[in-house]
Amino acid sequence: MPKIVAVTGNEAVAEALRQVDPDVCAAYPITPQTDIMQRFSSFASNCKVKTEMILVESEHSAMSACVGASAAGGRVITATSSQGLALMWEILWIASGDRLPIVMPLVNRALSAPINIHGDHSDGMGARDCGWIQLWSENAQESYDNTIQAFRIAEHMDIRLPAMVCLDGFIISHSINRMEYLEDEKVKNFVGDFKQLNPLLNIEKPVSYGPLILTDYYMEYRKAHEHVMSKVPGVVMQVADEFEKMTGRKYGLFETYRLEDAEVGIVVLNSAAGTTKDVIDDFRAKGIKAGLLKPRLYRPFPYAQVGEALKHLKAVCVLDRADAFGGSFGPLFMDIASSLYIQDKKPLMFNRIYGLGGRDYMPDQAELVLNELAETVKTGKVKSVKEYIGVRE
Amino acid sequence: MKLKGWKELTPGAVVTEPGSSKKFKTGSWRAFKPKWIEENCIQCLFCWIYCPDMAVKVKDGKRGEFDYDYCKGCGICALECPGKKGNKAIVMEEEGK
Amino acid sequence: MSTPLSIKELSKKEERFTAGHRMCAGCGAPTVVKMVLMATEYPVIAANATGCLEVSTCIQQFTSWNIPWIHNAFENAAATLSGVETMYRSLKKQGKIDKEIKFIAFGGDGGTYDIGFQSLSGAMERGHDMLYICYDNGAYMNTGIQRSSATPLGADTTTCPVGSANPGKVQERKDLTRIMAAHGIPYVAQASPSNWSDLMKKVKKAHEIKGPKFMNIIAPCNRGWRSKTDDAITLSRIAVNTCYWPLFEIEDGVTRVTYKPKEKKPLVDFLKPQGRFKHLFAPENEWLLNKAQEVVDKNWERLLREEEFTAPRSE
Repeated sequence: MPKIVAVTGNEAVAEALRQVDPDVCAAYPITPQTDIMQRFSSFASNCKVKTEMILVESEHSAMSACVGASAAGGRVITATSSQGLALMWEILWIASGDRLPIVMPLVNRALSAPINIHGDHSDGMGARDCGWIQLWSENAQESYDNTIQAFRIAEHMDIRLPAMVCLDGFIISHSINRMEYLEDEKVKNFVGDFKQLNPLLNIEKPVSYGPLILTDYYMEYRKAHEHVMSKVPGVVMQVADEFEKMTGRKYGLFETYRLEDAEVGIVVLNSAAGTTKDVIDDFRAKGIKAGLLKPRLYRPFPYAQVGEALKHLKAVCVLDRADAFGGSFGPLFMDIASSLYIQDKKPLMFNRIYGLGGRDYMPDQAELVLNELAETVKTGKVKSVKEYIGVRE
Repeated sequence: MKLKGWKELTPGAVVTEPGSSKKFKTGSWRAFKPKWIEENCIQCLFCWIYCPDMAVKVKDGKRGEFDYDYCKGCGICALECPGKKGNKAIVMEEEGK
Repeated sequence: MSTPLSIKELSKKEERFTAGHRMCAGCGAPTVVKMVLMATEYPVIAANATGCLEVSTCIQQFTSWNIPWIHNAFENAAATLSGVETMYRSLKKQGKIDKEIKFIAFGGDGGTYDIGFQSLSGAMERGHDMLYICYDNGAYMNTGIQRSSATPLGADTTTCPVGSANPGKVQERKDLTRIMAAHGIPYVAQASPSNWSDLMKKVKKAHEIKGPKFMNIIAPCNRGWRSKTDDAITLSRIAVNTCYWPLFEIEDGVTRVTYKPKEKKPLVDFLKPQGRFKHLFAPENEWLLNKAQEVVDKNWERLLREEEFTAPRSE
């Protein structure tokens, strides 16, 4: 029987990793992720996992060691946050370019400067286009479920790409949620044995990883990568179906909440979706037809499906917990705008930046946005495309 | 050589044929060519061990000809050759002469 | 049975590093790699830092490596190999692999002394069972002869070019071999391809020692040193005989000089044939030339004292 527990997000992710029991784990501390690797190290120290630990001297070396260990031919994990992910950035591209199915929880945290340890999506957004799969999670349950599914997706023989599982720093990583753990046996069977592909450790068949590829082939390798990315949503759905059969919990490429008959909608990632759903219920009660879309598979982004799901709305607000300093919009807004661009009829759109550096996202902010959406529908005009909310003048 | 399309590539650019660089001949780089004078050779095999291009053929511990497919003509073998009684067993000659 | 280090027997072995690589004519590095890989019978897996060796030995479908090989990035050959070695231990523990495999990382001086130093230091401290080989040519040769912390005092490079305000590199080399010894790892050595038997003995010995090992091997670069294409071995021999590049090993804290030149040659013998030191022979740079000799003398004498001091006492 599944076990009902009250645990933090980090604890839930560490538990999923214990149940998957990878061959190698590279660990390095960084707030707010530290707790995951600390708990996992304790499993290793007490024979709760067979995993060999590499206690590296930096996140750059963590990802470098993961690349070596994965190419060697086994299941590999690490976890990070913020500056740690930024330091890894160079090697993220190598992990994906080498097509190595490393799984890495990313406990989202703001980037320096100014230094800040709290929940913010700037880290994950900075790595959104490096060829990794990104699954985003609202709460501890989703973080746990996504971690387990990430192995199946990443290691799928048609995919073989690394995957990040994103959860909000502190808000989820350090707060206690009620959730369900699966039995160890079930998780073990669900992820199955690791299948090797060109392992370095097969000395009978020597392979070379990391050749120099020049003008005559680089573009073909990039096209091949892009093609593999296009197959990810199908595999994500296939794995989600199997997961649902086992657990009864349904996952898709994204979650919708009261969206089908809605006139206005909010698009938001991760933990803020919970608060938003509550406020949507209040507005529904007041007769305002509001709904929500929360992306789960953020990379590769399911543009077509998201566009289809949003096109009937009259107005959409995209809430970004990160800014993209390009003189443009938040990263999620740009993706949603792209999803809707190909639709003939599209909603009015605006972008609100909220919750940076862990600033609390409160119901009044959701109310503010929903009121503005209603106003936008009434006037047919967007007052201002991009604004910060919850910020002092 | 016909270039492959993107569907024909190994995932992650992994090279699955070990030692395949032997298919790439570097002999055309040569400006000078080593010449082996067998009668001056004492079979020390220094030329073989010092050659950066694996371009000295040795069979059963005996020196054979140069492998001109790969020899880049650096001249290390000639310089290191002790020869016999002061006569070098390897001399460098200008390529094409 | 392991092959004795006789040149005839060695020549009968299967090549682990093959022809068709695109290193410059007369480069010292391929010879170093060939000797290192030839020195052991064990199956070997290699990691390679970005650099000349890496870009020239694995291009598209052409690899010169007859053994499993991985290139990750510039600064992380040690970390990458520590990952491979850890997976090996994990799978061995699980009974999924039974062979005895050895692990070797290759990096140039830029990838080892400079950008890869943290990764190397970390891997050594963690105690991975691996041998790190630095092929030291004393500059960033792959990008066109820029100064590294391994560049010798007085050398002309493209980032410390000799000019009216600058006499070449004004700093001494970082003494990486001693820094690695200070990690307290079980085996550290310095070698030269000119002394092939000494080099290969050290590699062989390193493989028999469990834990992290480091070897620094001089690898002349005729482009960067502005010398002739045929003098890589000769110059590395002169480097040894001038005591610019002493051959020694430090095993469990005991220093042993493995080759003492009968007659210590003056450093100018090493500097003269190299264009990068040409300016040192101008009268105004005599001080630098003298200083370069003093540095070599100081280091050599310290090494000899260290050998004496660390020698096991016979009761």
